Amino acid sequence: MEGNNNKYWKGVEELQNDPSFVKNAHNEFPEYLPVGTNGSEADEISGTHRRDFLKLLGFGVAAATLAACEAPVKKAIPYLNKPEEIDPSVANWYASSFADGVDYCSVLVKTREGRPIKIEGNKYSSVSKGGVSARVQASVLSLYDNERLKGPLANGKATTWGDVDKTIKSQLEEIAVKGGKIRVVSSTILSPSTKSALAEFMRKYPTAKQVVYDANSSSGILQANQISFGKAALPSYDFSKADKIVSIGADFMGTWISPVEFAKQYAVNRKVGKNNKKMSRHYQFETILSLSGSNADHRTPIKPSQEGLVVAEIYSIVTGNALSVPKSGVAYIEQAAKDLLASKGKSLVISSSNDVNVQLLVNAINESLGNYGTTIDIVNHTNYRQGNDADVVTFIAEITKGDVDAVVFYNTNPIYSHPLAAKLKDGLKKVKLSISLSDRLDETAAECKFVCPDHHYLESWGDAEPKKGFYSLIQPTITPLFKTRQAQETLLTWTGSKVSFYNYVQEFWKSTIYPAQTKYLSFVELWNHALHNGVFEIPSAPSATAAQALNTASVVAGINKASKAANGGVELALYEKIGTGTGNQANNPWIQEFPDPISKVCWDNYLAVPLSMAKAKGWSQDDIVKIQVGTNTPLELPVLIQPGQAVGTVAIAIGYGREKAGKAGNKVGKNVYPFVSTSTGTLIFNNVVTSIEKTGETRKIAQTQTHHTIMGRQNVQESTLTEYMQPNGKNAKGELVGDMAGRFVPMVSVNEGGNEQGKKAPEEVLLWSTKPNASMPKNHHWGMVIDLNSCIGCGSCVIGCQAENNVPVVGRQEIINAREMHWIRIDRYYSSDSPTTNDKSIAGLLDKRSEEPSENPKVVFQPMMCQHCNNAPCETVCPVLATTHSMEGLNQMTYNRCIGTRYCANNCPYKVRRFNWFSYYNNSTFDYNMNDSLGKMVLNPDVTVRARGVMEKCSMCVQRIQDGKLTAKKANRRPADGEIETACSQSCPTEAIVFGDMNDPESNIAKLLKVEKEGRAYHVLEEINVNPSVSYLSKIRNTKA
Amino acid sequence: MFLFNSIKKVFFSISLLFLVLVASPNFSQAADSTGAPAADASPATAGSPSIEKGKSLFEDNCKSCHAIKTIEVGPALKGIEQRRDRKWLHAWIKNSQKVIASGDPYATKLFAEYKGAVMTSFPSFSDEEINSILDYVKAEENKKDEVVASSGGAGNAVKTDDSSAGYVKILLAGFVIVLFLIIVVLVLILSVLKKNLVGNADLTEIDADLVNQKFDIGVVVRSKGFKLIVGFLFVAFVGKAALDGVMHIGMQQGYAPKQPIAFSHKLHAGKFKIDCSYCHTGVRKGKSANIPSPNICLNCHSQIKTTSPKLEALRKAVENKRPIEWVRVHNLPDLAYFNHSQHVVVGKLECQTCHGPVEKMEVIQQYSPLTMGWCINCHRETEVKTDGNGYYDNLVKLHAEKNGTPMKVKDIGGLECSKCHY
Repeated sequence: MEGNNNKYWKGVEELQNDPSFVKNAHNEFPEYLPVGTNGSEADEISGTHRRDFLKLLGFGVAAATLAACEAPVKKAIPYLNKPEEIDPSVANWYASSFADGVDYCSVLVKTREGRPIKIEGNKYSSVSKGGVSARVQASVLSLYDNERLKGPLANGKATTWGDVDKTIKSQLEEIAVKGGKIRVVSSTILSPSTKSALAEFMRKYPTAKQVVYDANSSSGILQANQISFGKAALPSYDFSKADKIVSIGADFMGTWISPVEFAKQYAVNRKVGKNNKKMSRHYQFETILSLSGSNADHRTPIKPSQEGLVVAEIYSIVTGNALSVPKSGVAYIEQAAKDLLASKGKSLVISSSNDVNVQLLVNAINESLGNYGTTIDIVNHTNYRQGNDADVVTFIAEITKGDVDAVVFYNTNPIYSHPLAAKLKDGLKKVKLSISLSDRLDETAAECKFVCPDHHYLESWGDAEPKKGFYSLIQPTITPLFKTRQAQETLLTWTGSKVSFYNYVQEFWKSTIYPAQTKYLSFVELWNHALHNGVFEIPSAPSATAAQALNTASVVAGINKASKAANGGVELALYEKIGTGTGNQANNPWIQEFPDPISKVCWDNYLAVPLSMAKAKGWSQDDIVKIQVGTNTPLELPVLIQPGQAVGTVAIAIGYGREKAGKAGNKVGKNVYPFVSTSTGTLIFNNVVTSIEKTGETRKIAQTQTHHTIMGRQNVQESTLTEYMQPNGKNAKGELVGDMAGRFVPMVSVNEGGNEQGKKAPEEVLLWSTKPNASMPKNHHWGMVIDLNSCIGCGSCVIGCQAENNVPVVGRQEIINAREMHWIRIDRYYSSDSPTTNDKSIAGLLDKRSEEPSENPKVVFQPMMCQHCNNAPCETVCPVLATTHSMEGLNQMTYNRCIGTRYCANNCPYKVRRFNWFSYYNNSTFDYNMNDSLGKMVLNPDVTVRARGVMEKCSMCVQRIQDGKLTAKKANRRPADGEIETACSQSCPTEAIVFGDMNDPESNIAKLLKVEKEGRAYHVLEEINVNPSVSYLSKIRNTKA
Repeated sequence: MFLFNSIKKVFFSISLLFLVLVASPNFSQAADSTGAPAADASPATAGSPSIEKGKSLFEDNCKSCHAIKTIEVGPALKGIEQRRDRKWLHAWIKNSQKVIASGDPYATKLFAEYKGAVMTSFPSFSDEEINSILDYVKAEENKKDEVVASSGGAGNAVKTDDSSAGYVKILLAGFVIVLFLIIVVLVLILSVLKKNLVGNADLTEIDADLVNQKFDIGVVVRSKGFKLIVGFLFVAFVGKAALDGVMHIGMQQGYAPKQPIAFSHKLHAGKFKIDCSYCHTGVRKGKSANIPSPNICLNCHSQIKTTSPKLEALRKAVENKRPIEWVRVHNLPDLAYFNHSQHVVVGKLECQTCHGPVEKMEVIQQYSPLTMGWCINCHRETEVKTDGNGYYDNLVKLHAEKNGTPMKVKDIGGLECSKCHY
C-alpha cells in the first residue's frame, strides 16, 4: 500500500466488515449458488429420479440415432430481387438521429441484411460528436419489441387505417365546427418538420392547441430565461470552455438535458498527461450521489431544501451583493465561489432545480461572471426540454372540468408519468375523442378511444434541430415491421393531405433550410450530403445578450420560503436513472438489466438512504419500508444504503413501476411520479416525507457490485493534481509524486538476485522463460488504455458490448444469484481518505472528516473486462485448451471446445469470465429478446450465441478486429489506427477507452503508452505479472488542498 | 497342440492385419476425403476414340435438350437402343419431322408425348458420327451413378495421397493371399505328417491318442480361444463401423440434393464459361458468396431461352413474388466463421480448390468434406500469397528472421481458434 493511503471499498458491507461479507470474501463466489433457476425451486429441479434419468437416456440415444441418419434439409433463399446496396453478410451503415423527446444523439445505424442491429455515434455531428449513451444504444432493441402495436385500435379492437382515419377525421371536423377544444399533448419536439406538420394540423382545426409535456422537465430554467432574456429556451452550454464548474444538483453527465454532449465537452478539460498537467475543477452540491457528483473534485451532500441557499450564498460572494438568506453551513461554498471569481468568463454554474428563483440566481451568477457568450449561449439556444409544466397543469384542469372535446397524445404518457395522473385519467373519460399515437398500449393509450401507433424511429423519416442551426436527419433503416404509421403522417392525413412524410420533410428542407445556407448550390446536393452525414450545420459564433436585472426581493422571499418547506422533516429526492430515465424505454430488457453506475442495481428501484439514517432507524439493506408522502398512496420499497446520500434525506428513482409497458418492464419497481410536487406550478422533483415505516418484509435487491471482492488490492490508483504537478519524487507520506503521482509500484520478494531489500520487479520474476517479452506478439498487439480520469462511469460501453456481442439478458433472480452475463462491468469503488473507524488500533488518529467514511466518499470508476493477459492464468488451467492465446495478444475463447469446468474463471485474477448457466435463448424462463423470433433479429450474425455450459468473456471484439484486418488486406495495406474500434471504445462518450495496435508506432495507443509508461499507466494487479494487454491511467483529482 | 498353435498364430496375424486395415484409411482427413472422388473419374470415357468423339458431339449438339438418365427438354437417352434400332435413330436424328410425317406410330406418339417440341434436325451428321454419339450414350448409361467428372481442375497435391492409399490396399491384399497360402501349406504338411504317423506302430499311447484324435470342429468352436477371437473380431468390426459412422455425422461430402431448378453449372460455368462471381456477387465482398437472386438469372434469361420449361420455376417466382427456395448444399456449422472474400481476394484461391470442378457438375454437389480437419490441413499447407500486399510486409520480414521456409497460413496464426470461432 505504498501508492496512497486510501481505503477502497465496493459497498457498505465491505466497509463495515459485515460478518457475512467477511466470511464470503475469500470464496470464489460470494454465496452458495443453487443450480435451479430460483433458489427455492432448486431442490425440486435437481430431484431427478433414476427412472426418469433412464427414460431420458433411452430416449436420448434413440433420438440421437434417428437424428444422425440424415442431415436436415436446409434452405438457402436468396432475395427475389436483390437490392443493389445490400450484400448478404456485408453491413451497411446509415446516418440517422435519435430524438425521443428526452435525449438527442446523432447516430449511425448498422444494418445487416436490411435489419438494424447496432447504434453507434456519428462523428460528423458537432452536437453529440460521436458519443452515444446507454439508452440510445439500447433503443435498437425497442424496435424488435413484440409488445408494440401491430396496427391501429378503435375502442381496444384492431381496425384498419382507412376506418380509423374516416372516423377520427369526421369527429375532428365536427368538434372544430362547433368550436370544441382540441389539445395535442406531446413531449419535446426537436423536429422542425414535425412542428410544421403540427402547425398545419392546427390550421385545419383552429381550436387545436399544443401542450408540451416533459416527464422530467426543465421548466424552471425556461421560466427564468423568459424573465432574464425574454426567451423561454434552454441555452447552449459549453463545458469544454469552463475551467471551473459548479453544479447544484444537475447530473449533467448522466441525465440532465443532453448528457452525452456535456460529457464529451467535460472530458476535454479532464484529460491530463505528462505534457498537459492542467484540468478543470468541478464542484458538485447534491442530495443523491449522482454520476456527475461521483466525478466531481469536491462534492458536498446537501438537502434539496438547501439548493436555493447554496445558490444564494454563491451569488452573494460572486457579486458581492449579499442576499438576506440564512447560512446553510454547507462546506466548499466559499471556496467554489472564489474559484469562480478567479475564472471569470471561463466558468459555469448550473442547477437542475425547477424553482424559477434558483434559476434566476444562477442566471445572475453566470451573467456576473461573464459566462454568457463563452460557456453559455442563450442567443444560439437549444431546443431541448420545451415542456411547460404550467400548461400541462392547466390542461389537466381543463380536462377535469370536461372542457376538452378532443385530445391527441403524441410520444408522451402522462397517465403514467404525471403526478396528477389520477385526475387526468378521470378527466379523459369525459373527452369525446381521445387518441394516442403511442407505439404500444401504454398507460395513456389504454385510456384512449383510438390508438394510432407510430413507427419506431428506425422505421421513420424525420429531422431534428437540437440547437439553433444544427439540423440532423432521421432516415428509416428497415421497412416497417407492423402496420403502423408515422405519427406525422397520421396528423397530416387528418388534415386531408396525402403526402408521405418523406416528401414532406424534403419539401420543408427545400423551403426553409436550403435558402438559409450558401454551401450547396442545389437542393439535391444539400439533401444528399445531409442524408449521408446525418447532419447539416449552420453554426454561428456564440454571442451574449444582457440579462434583465434581478428582482432580488422576490427571489430572496421565494428561496427563504422553499428552504423552510421541509421544516426539518426527512426530505425525499426523486431522480432519473442513467438507464431507465423517465421510463419510456421500460420494456427494453437491456435497459432493465443495465446496472446503475452508482448503486449497481438492476431490475428495481429502491429507497436510497444514508447509512446514518439506516443505523438510527434500524434498517438494513433489502428491508421493505412503507413510505408515505402527503396524501398519496404509500409505496413499499426495499432499502438500499447509499454512501454519499445526504444526511436526513432519502431518494427514489423515477421511471419504474410501469403497468402497461410490456412483459419486461411491467411491475419492475414502483412508480414514484405521484410524489413529484406540483405546488409551485412547476414539477419539483423533491418532496417531504410524511412517514417511513419498516414493514418487516424483505426484498432482495439485484445488485452486481459486490459479486467480486477486491481483498484490499490496489486496483485503482489515484492522486491529486497538486501532487501530479510536483517534481518527481516522494512526498512526506512516502507516496510517489510527480509524473507517477499516486502510483503503486509493486515489488516481489525473492530469495536471490533481488535489490537491497531482496525484491525484484514482478516482470523479472518469470515462471516460464528467462527472457521477458520473448513470447510477446510481434505483428499486431491489440490492447487498450483506459483513462480513469476521463471515465465517468456512464455505462455506455456496457450496452455497446451487449449489443455487439449478443450478451443475453438473465433477469433479476439470476443477477441475485451473481450470474450476470455482461462482458464488461464498471467497477465502482468508494474511497475515503484514511482507514475507517473499524480499525480500532488507529481510531484515535483519524481526522474528524473521515469519521463516517460512507457519508461522502470519493468515487472511482474502473471499466473491467478481460485483460487479455500475455501470461494468462486461465489458459494454463483449461483441460481442453478451450482458451488459448493468439499471436496478436488476444486471449481466445472457443465455445465449441469448452466443456464448462470453470477452472479458468477460478483462476482469473480479474473475475471477468462469465459462465453460461442456462440456455438463454428459446427459453421461456428467460423471456427476453432471445426468446422470440422478433427479438432475435437484433443479434449480431458475426458472433456466436453461446449455449449452456460454456464459459464466455470479452473477446476484445475479435470479430471487429478480423473485419478491420480483412478490409486492410483487401486493400493491400496495413489497418490504419482508428479504423478498428471495439464496441466499448467506440461507444465511450469521453474517449476514455483507447483501443489499438500497440505494435504500431503511429497508433494513438502506442504514443499514449510511450508517454505514460513512466507515468500514470499501470496494469491492474501488476504484482502477479500476468502481463495484461489492458493498461489503466491513474486518476487525478483537482482537489484544492 | 501344434494345430491349435498354428491356428492361433494365423488368427493373430489376421487380427493384426485387421487392425492395420482399421487404422489406415482414416488416419488422414486429406487422404480420405479429397482423394476419393478423383479416383473414379476418368476410365469410363477413356475407352475408344469413337466414344470420345461421341462425347464431344453430344456435348456440343444434344446436351442442351437431352440427358442420359433424366428427362430434360427431350427424353432421357438411357436404353435408347433397346427402344429403337440404329437405322430408325439415324433417320430420326437427321430429320425427325420427316419420320413423323411418314406416319411412323412410335414417332407420332413421341412427338405428342413431348407436346410437339420439335427436335432440331442434324442432316449434316454422318452415320458414323451418329453411331459415335450412340456409343457414347451406351457407355454413359453403363457408368455408375457418379456425378463427379474427371479430376481436371483439382489440386495436384491431392493425387499423391490417393496413389499411396492404393499401394496400401495392394500390399494388404498381397498379405492376405500369402497368409492364405501359408494356411494351405500348413494343413497339407499336417495331413502328410499325420498320414505317416498313423502307419507308424512305435508310437506311445499318448502320441497315438494324439495322432488318432479326430479333428472335431466342435471342440474348436467351443474353445475359449476361438470365442475370444470371434468376440474380439465382432467387437472390432462393430467398433470400426460405429467409429466411421460417428466420424461422418454431419458430414455431407457428395451431397447433391435435387434443386427446384435443375441448374447446370456444367452448362453455365463449363460450356459458356460465365465467371463465378457474375452470379455469386458477394464472393469478393463478404462472408457469403450469395446464391443469385432471380433478377440476376433474368439478366440473361429475359433474352435467352425465355420459354424453356426448365425455367418455369424462375418465371413463377417472379410472377408470384416468392423467392426460390434452393436447397442449401454447403452447410458450415454456425459456430464456424468463414469468409469468402478472405480466401478469394486475399488468399487468391480458385473457387475449385474447395468447391471442386463445379464447371463439370451437372448437379451441384458438396465436393469437400468441410470438416475442421480439412480446413486446418489447408491452412497448414498453403503458402500465404504475400506478393504486392502491403499488409504482409511486416509478417514476411518477421517470418524470414526466424526461418527460411515459405510462410504458410499456419505461421501467421491460421490455426488459432479465434480466426474462425467467435
